[in-house]
Amino acid sequence: MIKKITCTICPIGCKLEVDIEKNTVTGHTCKRGEVYGIAEVTAPTRVITSTVKLEGGIYPVLPVKTNGAIPKHLNFKCMELINQIQVKAPVKMGDIIAENVLDTGVDLVATRSIKKG
Amino acid sequence: MHYDLVVIGGGPAGLAAAYEAYENGISKVLIIEREKELGGILNQCIHNGFGLHTFKEELTGPEYAERCIDKVMYSTIEVKTDTMVLNIEEKYIHAVNGVDGYMVIKASAIILAMGCRERTRGAIHIPGYRPSGIFTAGAAQRYINMEGYMVGREVVILGSGDIGLIMARRMALEGAKVKAVIELMPYSNGLSRNIVQCLEDYDIPLYLSHTVTDVVGSGRLEKVVVQAVDENRKPILGTEKVFVCDTLLLSVGLIPENELSKNAGLRLDPRTNGLIVDETMQTSEEGIFACGNVLHVHDLVDFVTEEAQNAGRNAALYLNGTSAKAKTVQVLNGNGITYTVPQLINLSKDIKIKLFMRVSRPYYNQEIVVKCKEQVIASFKKKVLLPAEMQNIVLETKQLREIDGNILIALEEAE
Repeated sequence: MIKKITCTICPIGCKLEVDIEKNTVTGHTCKRGEVYGIAEVTAPTRVITSTVKLEGGIYPVLPVKTNGAIPKHLNFKCMELINQIQVKAPVKMGDIIAENVLDTGVDLVATRSIKKG
Repeated sequence: MHYDLVVIGGGPAGLAAAYEAYENGISKVLIIEREKELGGILNQCIHNGFGLHTFKEELTGPEYAERCIDKVMYSTIEVKTDTMVLNIEEKYIHAVNGVDGYMVIKASAIILAMGCRERTRGAIHIPGYRPSGIFTAGAAQRYINMEGYMVGREVVILGSGDIGLIMARRMALEGAKVKAVIELMPYSNGLSRNIVQCLEDYDIPLYLSHTVTDVVGSGRLEKVVVQAVDENRKPILGTEKVFVCDTLLLSVGLIPENELSKNAGLRLDPRTNGLIVDETMQTSEEGIFACGNVLHVHDLVDFVTEEAQNAGRNAALYLNGTSAKAKTVQVLNGNGITYTVPQLINLSKDIKIKLFMRVSRPYYNQEIVVKCKEQVIASFKKKVLLPAEMQNIVLETKQLREIDGNILIALEEAE
């Protein structure tokens, strides 16, 4: 099966055609595009950024991110987890909010420091 | 109150400009910010992708902001937050806040870094009812990412610039149904990475060459009418589609915020709606500099930081009395180029100058050619030029020393 995707490595945005059985890419104009094409159809990953509830801060929510990319199919599972979390101010940027998210080996961390409100 | 340098605006531009001036020996520096904290718009841009040039890693907006804020906090730079600047007259800044009340601050030099604001429904004349549920994308972003309010459940987004695309993903992740992103132009103004990761990942359809032609709802928004447009961007009769939705987000452009600059009598460029500056980021008034989105709207904060550092460095040179003036050439734009910043180049020193510009539509296999009359001064081959991506070229002042007249920057087909 041939899968058609757009390369996101650089602004050119090559239209790639990836042959899933043969593991080959056409339509790319550089080596990095070829690597991206295979990875994107075999094991796509994304960094998730969102907010968790914050108690006692100057704002009611705290921005967070996964500190590495997680498999794309876990996006919404990760959001479910994020939406159950509540933390207390103060928080420091980089503080671990949840360890080893969905057994991916990736942690959820605070992306800003926030004072008590 | 007297300061060597007052920076108006505490976003990424103001922070970097103030810190660079401080690093160059200016000790009495004040940043004035109208929000309750520093960081500007970065605080609400919780997605990642910032800082690849400046910090060589991929950060979220708040992380990028905090790094800039920390530098300022560990310096002697003073900060007044929750403070509104009302007017600038000569080098006197009239401002007000709840602690100091009304104050007049004398500055030996000023850096303007007020950023930009969003175009609204009124600016693009969308007809129809006026129900609640219509937000600019940035306002919705603030509500969701900072204030903790979800703005709607069924969403249509007008405008496919990066803010519109980022908000499409954000709303989808938070459980909203994003029914469509509507784009007037035949191409998206967003990065291809955002088209893939914000729309395709969440099966959100993008309608190119379409626009919103009616808004219906009493109380809350109930539906919008979308129509295809022809090559003159006029709606085509009979192509109406109805989207039932409770929320319409507008991502339809940004305008540099220059009310203070206008009142101060500074010269503006109608192409950018920003200030006219020379290669030192100095405006038409000596000792008043500008940087960031108040000059022209940037797509990467990294370039804002770089431009702001340039402004800060030159403000320090001015304060130390070492800036010089010589022959000035004007930078004009020709075929395919909508604007250039800086607009003026002073030839007093042998330096390299980075010129920022945007193209008017997507172009492929072109050369950016710099000419004075018929004489070619420099040319730069570019495979792809997109309006969404700010371009830059580097010129050296010594290349311009012998020319007689202004320079023109234009696109030509590459051979």
